[in-house]
Amino acid sequence: MIAFILIVLLLVLMLAAAVYAIVQKDLLYAVIATGIISLVLSILFYMLQAPDVALTEAAIGVALTTIIFVITIRNTVRMEDESDRDKNIKSTTK
Amino acid sequence: MKKVLVILLLAVVGFYISETFFDIGFGNTHFVQNDQIKPVKDTYLQQTVQTLKVSNTVTSIVVNFRGFDTLGEVTVLFLSVTALGSILYKRRHHVGERSVLFSASSIVTSGSKLLFPAIVLLGTYVFIHGHLSPGGGFQGGVIIATGFLLMLLAYENYSVSHTNLAVIESLAGITFAGVGLLGFMNGGTFLQNFLPGGVLNDLFSGGVIPIIYIAVGFKVAAELTGVIYTVLNEKGEYNG
Amino acid sequence: MDSTYFQYLDYAIYGSSVLIILIGLYGALVKKSLLKVVIGLSIMEAGVNLLFVALGYLKGGTAPIFSPKGIEMADQGTKMVDPVPQALVLTAIVIGFGVTAVALSLVIRLWRHHHTLSIDQIKNLKW
Repeated sequence: MIAFILIVLLLVLMLAAAVYAIVQKDLLYAVIATGIISLVLSILFYMLQAPDVALTEAAIGVALTTIIFVITIRNTVRMEDESDRDKNIKSTTK
Repeated sequence: MKKVLVILLLAVVGFYISETFFDIGFGNTHFVQNDQIKPVKDTYLQQTVQTLKVSNTVTSIVVNFRGFDTLGEVTVLFLSVTALGSILYKRRHHVGERSVLFSASSIVTSGSKLLFPAIVLLGTYVFIHGHLSPGGGFQGGVIIATGFLLMLLAYENYSVSHTNLAVIESLAGITFAGVGLLGFMNGGTFLQNFLPGGVLNDLFSGGVIPIIYIAVGFKVAAELTGVIYTVLNEKGEYNG
Repeated sequence: MDSTYFQYLDYAIYGSSVLIILIGLYGALVKKSLLKVVIGLSIMEAGVNLLFVALGYLKGGTAPIFSPKGIEMADQGTKMVDPVPQALVLTAIVIGFGVTAVALSLVIRLWRHHHTLSIDQIKNLKW
């Protein structure tokens, strides 16, 4: 009973993060939502009795994909439509 | 207008796909109940513990029974890393300028010096014991690459030499293909197991499987460190 | 994981994994910024991997690892979960990461040339 409630809660969290990642206009928040999807997916793989796949998804989906997306956002734009100029300035100036 | 059409199309596709999977059912056995037809997983599970004497079934499938697919996967990873390096090519006199222009705070710098050997040790443990517990070459290689990423983000002039990474990666790939070619020794096929299997749950058991997985672990670690180093050395133009 | 609600888990896991594939596909088809398209592709891969591993689950099964306790449980009649989809998904996750990395390098290169990431304004096919 508790396992069933836990699985349904995790699936609802994954769906909410997926919708948020597509709808949100600030691209940095969308990338973090993609990282949350990978994390919840790793927990679900463990509950489906697949520990190797859970390790691989946790290492690749959460760490490496997020860092490559963040470096790409830093070298290109930050907001989805580029006419939003006042938030598009890079955060580090030197 | 375009959005309405796309939603309609996706609804139709989703309805037919989900109806198929609801008919299959969750948690049932899916094969024909017959005495002559035996499913593949029973053969794999039986041969893993009796012939090969390896504890982890997924490792024995990935390296031994379907080892040719792993060779293809390692090739695809190598091709994608090469494509990334050649698309982001820049001229030689910009080498040395980084995307991250400052060192992190003192907590991060002193903590990462302590954490980096522990992370490399954990990754090495995971890919050496791939046939005894969950883990293996890909998982251990990614953990080691994460350790190098921590050091690259904390210090501003930490550098990894590309030549060493290329040499390690090439040697590991040659080991994999060489072990496969050595499978011809006893009159067998490519990538056949020619060493004797030992006792179950021992470190030196499973024949040729630990050798291949150690080579794959080194190769994946070197490749992913190269990817992160290439992407971090992009000096983009400032916007706004 | 067996209880009286097991029959509803069928609709929950398969239905939500197909929904995640459709959400990712919607993002890849409709959105105008190139980075959103790549995010949609990444979400679609997550959904497909979940669908594949959920196909191999057996009710009351355990992980396919032969530890000493696992051999004892297998002798008492507990089945093991199907290990073949897990081996396939292991390969698929690594290759998905490779595809995402190459797609993002193409995005950086396009931005350097056109200075915009909106597909309405990138009109010529050669760079």
